Amino acid sequence: MEALDGNAIAGVLYQVFGGEMTTAQAECGGCRTRGPLAECKVYLGGPGLVVRCRLCHNIGIVLVEVRGMMCVDVGGLSDVELPAWRW
Amino acid sequence: MAGTALRGRLSWRVATVTAVVDETPRVRSLQLDIPDWPGHLAGQHVDVRLATEDGYRAERPYSIASAPGEAPVITVERLEHGEVSPYLTEDVRPGDAFEIRGPIGGYFLWRPDDGGPLFLAAGGSGVAPMRAILRHRRHSMSKVKARLLYSSRTVEDIIYRAELAGEEVVHTLTRAQPPGWTGYTRRVDAGVLREVAWPADEQPLAFVCGPTSFVESVAGDLVALGYAPGRIKTERFGATGGR
Repeated sequence: MEALDGNAIAGVLYQVFGGEMTTAQAECGGCRTRGPLAECKVYLGGPGLVVRCRLCHNIGIVLVEVRGMMCVDVGGLSDVELPAWRW
Repeated sequence: MAGTALRGRLSWRVATVTAVVDETPRVRSLQLDIPDWPGHLAGQHVDVRLATEDGYRAERPYSIASAPGEAPVITVERLEHGEVSPYLTEDVRPGDAFEIRGPIGGYFLWRPDDGGPLFLAAGGSGVAPMRAILRHRRHSMSKVKARLLYSSRTVEDIIYRAELAGEEVVHTLTRAQPPGWTGYTRRVDAGVLREVAWPADEQPLAFVCGPTSFVESVAGDLVALGYAPGRIKTERFGATGGR
């Protein structure tokens, strides 16, 4: 399956977090690399969305919609610095 | 301005098609009328949602190809086994409507204050956000110099062909070339970039959009040429995506 990037799920992330999230700086829980969510690898082909680290491929975020409810697992990220819109 | 496009509620709205332009045999642009459209920034996109009668829904992101201040336009390439693009490129007529969410995206953006020099690299329909950026630069009378390197398969596949005929655009045709073609004839590689991209010591701002393999290779080559990774913005689409 070909990887896209975080830009492709900007709409879903906005819906879940209530604001623009692709410029959020995320720290990978695997290799501790920091970067914007827009640059993460994104896989859309499964039952949910999977966001992986561009460098070490660690799973950072999993998003699955179950019966109209969005389930979000961000356990693979060790830190997220939100963009400036959220003071 | 930026605030209106980056904050606030994001809900699905009904977009009505007001004009259809056939760009190439496989690519079509749709101009949309969206009630209460807050305005967009160059490089943002929208999500399009189509629903079947049995309730199945499919969503795809499409870059906005028009400049801020213009009516939103999306440019759609038909994918053979696509769930959304066949409808948008073959069936849709002016007056038809579908659901849309946007404008979305805060990363792959260019504002005149961001400066340059701007180096844009596009593969196929990845040129859509580049048209928005180039038009925005022109409309805002920006003095930032800009160059677009645009890779297409054949001359018939060049999207916005008339508009992208200026001297700021360098074309490469990777599959077939018409008689007398003087542009590049191969995939974008380090050699092409060395000749076309602004030198790294000018601290250019680069935008790269296209299929995943195109973006990976061009971004990697730009870093090797000395471009600062933080000044290379990338956007990828694959066989499942739009743009």
